[in-house]
Amino acid sequence: MSRVFKICAASALLTLAAAPVAALDGDAARGQAAAAVCMACHQADGSGSNIPGGESWPRLAAMNADYIYKQLQDFKSGQRNNASMMPFAMMLNDQQMKDVAVYYSQMPATAGKGGENADEAQLALGEKLATWGDWSKYIPSCRSCHGPDNQGAGSHFPGIAGQHAGYIEQQIRNWQQGTRSNDPQNLMHAIAERMSDDDIKAAAAWLSRQPAK
Amino acid sequence: MIKRPSAILLGLAVAAASVATSAQAELKFPVNPPQPKEGQYVHVPPTLEDLEKSNLHPELKRVIRRGHDLFTNTQQLRGENVFNEMNCSSCHMGEGALPFSAPVWPAAVVLPNYRPKNDHVNSLEERIAGCFSFSMNGKPPEYGSDNMVALTAYHQWLAKGVPIYQGGKTLYGRGYPIDKPEQEPSYERGKALYEANCSICHSSDGSGLQVDGKSQFPALWGDGSYNWGAGISRIFTMAGFIHHNMPLGQPYSMSVQDSWDIADYINTQERPQDPRYTGDVRETRAKYDESFHAHTYYGLEKQGKLLGDHENLGEKDFLKPDVLRPRTFE
Repeated sequence: MSRVFKICAASALLTLAAAPVAALDGDAARGQAAAAVCMACHQADGSGSNIPGGESWPRLAAMNADYIYKQLQDFKSGQRNNASMMPFAMMLNDQQMKDVAVYYSQMPATAGKGGENADEAQLALGEKLATWGDWSKYIPSCRSCHGPDNQGAGSHFPGIAGQHAGYIEQQIRNWQQGTRSNDPQNLMHAIAERMSDDDIKAAAAWLSRQPAK
Repeated sequence: MIKRPSAILLGLAVAAASVATSAQAELKFPVNPPQPKEGQYVHVPPTLEDLEKSNLHPELKRVIRRGHDLFTNTQQLRGENVFNEMNCSSCHMGEGALPFSAPVWPAAVVLPNYRPKNDHVNSLEERIAGCFSFSMNGKPPEYGSDNMVALTAYHQWLAKGVPIYQGGKTLYGRGYPIDKPEQEPSYERGKALYEANCSICHSSDGSGLQVDGKSQFPALWGDGSYNWGAGISRIFTMAGFIHHNMPLGQPYSMSVQDSWDIADYINTQERPQDPRYTGDVRETRAKYDESFHAHTYYGLEKQGKLLGDHENLGEKDFLKPDVLRPRTFE
């Protein structure tokens, strides 16, 4: 069985190596054309924008393609409720969503913003929450789902290192308030609702200052 | 002397209970662990921040931090001591300090003690060696080695202030206690529950998830998982772990019955051979039946297969680490 397993694993690796980078059936060149409607907010380099006190636009560059595709589907269906994104998602058909997702996933990551003015104590708390969590409030660490160095894990758990602080903060609050609920099995909701205002700000600030790879 | 927990201690130790207080009663996912019973000893393990503030020798602090690092990133010993996808903290969550996630401080205050599993008196090092041999499908660090001393130092630090030898059953939050299910555990129900609640992280084929070649979510069966001699291959142990801890962030969302059903499904899958294998799975089961395999499906026919009837060792190339041996004290 061990040998069989190793052969299977080896052939899986070979398949991966031979296949294009994205597992999603999308085309980056077509995606670039379809993404014309995205650029006003998400920028030509996919960097988005951190807008203090406003609705921050997330960085899409280097995000997981399956994750972007799923979010676009959810905006369109209303499963993820967002007035700004819905009309744009409505403009894209299913193939265009895949193309756009692959296009952004292949861009080099840009730096997160919004954590520039965080103080030392805030950053220490943020690092603790991201790396170890706070079990006294039953908050598991961010990285326990979002992957090594919070760079993402598979298609369900997006990279959050190097994401804009304003966007991270806003999403956690959306979960708390029940205005975002498209996470699988309420995995994020359960944790978000245990986070204090200080926890949210600290985690968002610290994560935004970590490099996305 | 048995200590009665104070209100403050309780608020901290029963971490989750404090979340479920009236102010946050409207939480959609409240955490409601069992409350301490009359006479139970409640311990709040100290943290690494407490360690920095303590007056221990700086060199001891360094060694305890090293133990914490090994405990939470045991994969750094992959191929040397660990031959699967597990970290100590995969099963002992909250850095080994979380109640009902088999917190490890009790081991530091109940050992040395007699263990039915190997029928002799075990030290803390030998107990940890058991985890490496079975749960990590590996080979323990040498007794007295830097890594072993660092790990035991971390265990002992977590037990700071707890009186030794008070009797294990009085320790609040120890192990993964769970009631018997109302119905016989069901593989079919377990399979459906697993697909709906567990597969997103642990994958439908039980292989977990690796990110850039690193273990992210542990494998629950197959070559990357614990072997047939691991404590959690027992149905009640896995059921208790699930009930108190899974899915991550939603403890107690799986009922007692659900937890037994999922445990039945997971522990009916194949995994590396029990290091105590005699060459005959039924014989091995019989030899360790009373002390262990009465609670596993090893050596039984399930889903049309005789479980554990193979020579698969997973990633390692030896059956049994040399340190697994009887002691007679003669």
